Amino acid sequence: MTSVLSVAGIGKCYSTYRSNLQRFANWFGARVAPSSEFWANRNISFEVKSGEALALIGQNGAGKSTLLKIITGTVRPTTGIIGVRGHVSAILELGLGFNAEFTGRQNILHAGGLMGMSQQELTSLMPEIEAFAEIGDFFDQPIRVYSSGMQARLAFALATAKRPEVLIVDEVLSVGDSYFQHKSFDRIRHFKNQGTSIILVTHNLADVRALCDRVILLDRGVVMKDGSPEEVVDFYNAMIADRENANLKVEQKRQGNGWVVTRSGTYEISVGEIVLVSADTEELVATARVNQKLKLRLKACASEDIPRLVLGLMLRDRAGHVVWGSNTWHTKQILKNIKGGEVIEYTFQFTCTLGPGSYSFTPSLSSSDTHLDDNYEWRDNAVVFDVVNVDYPFFLGSAWMDATIKIGRR
Amino acid sequence: MLRSLWRYRYFIMSSIRGDLKGRFARSYLGGFWFLLHPLMQALIFSIILAEIMRARMPNVDSEAAYPIYVLSGMAAWGLFSEILNRSLNIFIEQASAMKKIAFPRLCLPIIVWGNALINHVLLLVAIAVIFLFFGHLPGLAWSYIVPGMVLISAMAFGIGVFLGVLNVFARDIAQIMTVAMQLWFWFTPIVYVKNVVPAKFQAVIDLNPMTGLVGVYQNALLLNQGPSLRSLIPPVIISVVAVLASFAIFRRASPELVDAL
Repeated sequence: MTSVLSVAGIGKCYSTYRSNLQRFANWFGARVAPSSEFWANRNISFEVKSGEALALIGQNGAGKSTLLKIITGTVRPTTGIIGVRGHVSAILELGLGFNAEFTGRQNILHAGGLMGMSQQELTSLMPEIEAFAEIGDFFDQPIRVYSSGMQARLAFALATAKRPEVLIVDEVLSVGDSYFQHKSFDRIRHFKNQGTSIILVTHNLADVRALCDRVILLDRGVVMKDGSPEEVVDFYNAMIADRENANLKVEQKRQGNGWVVTRSGTYEISVGEIVLVSADTEELVATARVNQKLKLRLKACASEDIPRLVLGLMLRDRAGHVVWGSNTWHTKQILKNIKGGEVIEYTFQFTCTLGPGSYSFTPSLSSSDTHLDDNYEWRDNAVVFDVVNVDYPFFLGSAWMDATIKIGRR
Repeated sequence: MLRSLWRYRYFIMSSIRGDLKGRFARSYLGGFWFLLHPLMQALIFSIILAEIMRARMPNVDSEAAYPIYVLSGMAAWGLFSEILNRSLNIFIEQASAMKKIAFPRLCLPIIVWGNALINHVLLLVAIAVIFLFFGHLPGLAWSYIVPGMVLISAMAFGIGVFLGVLNVFARDIAQIMTVAMQLWFWFTPIVYVKNVVPAKFQAVIDLNPMTGLVGVYQNALLLNQGPSLRSLIPPVIISVVAVLASFAIFRRASPELVDAL
C-alpha cells in the first residue's frame, strides 16, 4: 500500500496586525511583526495510505476544519507541505455553488464545473448521478422547489460521482433520511474498498468505529494521539472528563492481548482488584462459555473522604461497540459519605448471554451518573475475556438468545 | 492563472447564465427593471436640464440632442460603476464558496464582468430603439464604443478587484467607495457638458479618466464621430496600471484572503 496523501509539518497561523497598512506592507516585502498570532494548527504530520480511512476527532476549536481546508486547498498553510497523489474530492458542505433557479440537471453541470470537472465528463456521469440521487421528476425542476433532503441527495450524488483518490468528508453524513444515509455510507465504503483514502471529521464516535481504521485526535491545533480507533476514542473520552478536572491524569498502555487499557481520573477512590470469576466455583475465568453464570468482583479503595459514589460498568465487544452498560445510580445503590481508607467490594453477577468473541469490562467510579462531574477513576478495558460456544449449536452475533426452532411438516 | 481560468470557462458561462435567469424568473418585467432605472434617470435630467444645456451644446441643434447626450453618458458610466461596485463586494459575497471549494478565485470578478457586459449590451439596444424614436439614426462611428467598452471594463475591473481585495481586510472601503463614486459621477461630464465647467476646474475634468471614456460614447452616439485620442491618454494609462496592480495585489493577498473572510 502506497501513501496517497502526505501532510508534513503543517502549521496555520492567523495573524492580527495593529493596522491593515502593516498587513498590506507585508505583501510587498516589508517585515512587520504581527501584533498577535493564533496558531490553529501546529506541526501536524501524517501520511494516509491508499484505502485507509482516517478520522479526525477533537473538541470544537481543535483545528479539525482548518486542517481539512488546508488539505482541500482553500486555505494556505503557513508552514509545511501537503503532498497529494491523485484527485482530491472534498465534501465540506453539501449544495455549495448550486443556483436556485437551475434545474437539478443544470446544477450538476454548473456546480460540477465549480468543482473542476469538465462538461463532457459531467454529461457522461449524468445518468449515474440521476440514478443515485433518486429524486425522480424533480431532477428536471429548479432546485428552489426541492426539500433540503432532496438538495442534499443531489449534492452528495454529484460530490461522489467520480471516485477520487482522497475523499474528505466534514460532518455532512447526518443529512437526509436514514435510507439515504445508509446509501451514502455504502458508497463511501465501496470507494474505500476500491482504494480511496477517506478523511472524516465527525463528532459521532460510532461512525468513527464503524468506518475508520485509524483516528487522529487533535487538541488545540496539535496531534495529541494517532492510533487505532478504540485506543484514541477511549483516550478522547477520558480527555473530555479531563476538561472538567484540572488535576486528572490519563494513562494508557497496550497489553499483550491487544486491548488498550486507558486509565483516567482524580483517584480519590480507585479501582483496586478487579476479577472475573465463575459464579459456581469462584475460580478465575479468562474464557467463558455461552450462558455461563459469572461474577465480576471489584474492590474500590478510598484514599480520601468522598461524599457520593456511583459505580458504572460497561461491556464492549472487540470493535468497541457497547453491548451493555449501567451503573449504581440507575439501580439506586448510591453510596454516601465514604471515609478515607475504606474499601468497598462490589460483586456484579450476570449470565454470559453473549455470542462467541472477545469482550471487555470498563468500570468507572464517579459521584453521579455521568463521569463528567467527578471522575474518580475510569478504566477502559480493565477486564478482558473471551466467550466460546461449546454447548450450543452454531450462531452468529454478539448476543445469545435462548431460542429454539419448531418445525411443522404436513 | 489564465490556464486554470480556461478550465473553468463552463462554470463562468453558466454562472453568467444563472444570474440572467435569476433576474427574469418570477417577475413580470424581469430583466427590464434594470433597463428602466438608467432610462428614468436620463428622462428626469432631460426634463429638468434640456433647455439650459442644449444652448451650450456645440455643433448640434436638435430637440433630442441633450437626451441622447445624457443616455450615452449614463450607459458608459453604468458599465463602469456596475463592474466596480460588484467587484468590490464579490469576494465577501462568495465567502462560503471560497472557504470550502478550491477553484480559481479570479472566476468571480470575471463572472461579474460578463454579467455587466450583457446588461450593458441590452441597455445599448434599448437606447438605440429610443434614438430611432427621436429620428436619430445609428452611424458607422457607433463601432467606436467597442474599444470604449474594453477600456471602461479594464479600468473598472482593475480598480474593483484591487479595492475588492483590500475590502476583505478593511470593510470600510466599500462604504467609502459609495460616496466616492457619487462624487466621481458629478466630476464627469455626463449630465452637464464639459464647457459649462469654470475654467479653473477644467484641468481636473481633463485628468479624470472617465471624461475621455464617457466622451467616446457621447461622440459616437450623438455626433457620429471618433474619440479624441488625446482625451484617451489618461484612461489608457490608468486602465493598464489598475489591471496590473489588481493582478499584483491579488497574487500577494491570496494566501491571506480566505483567512480574513
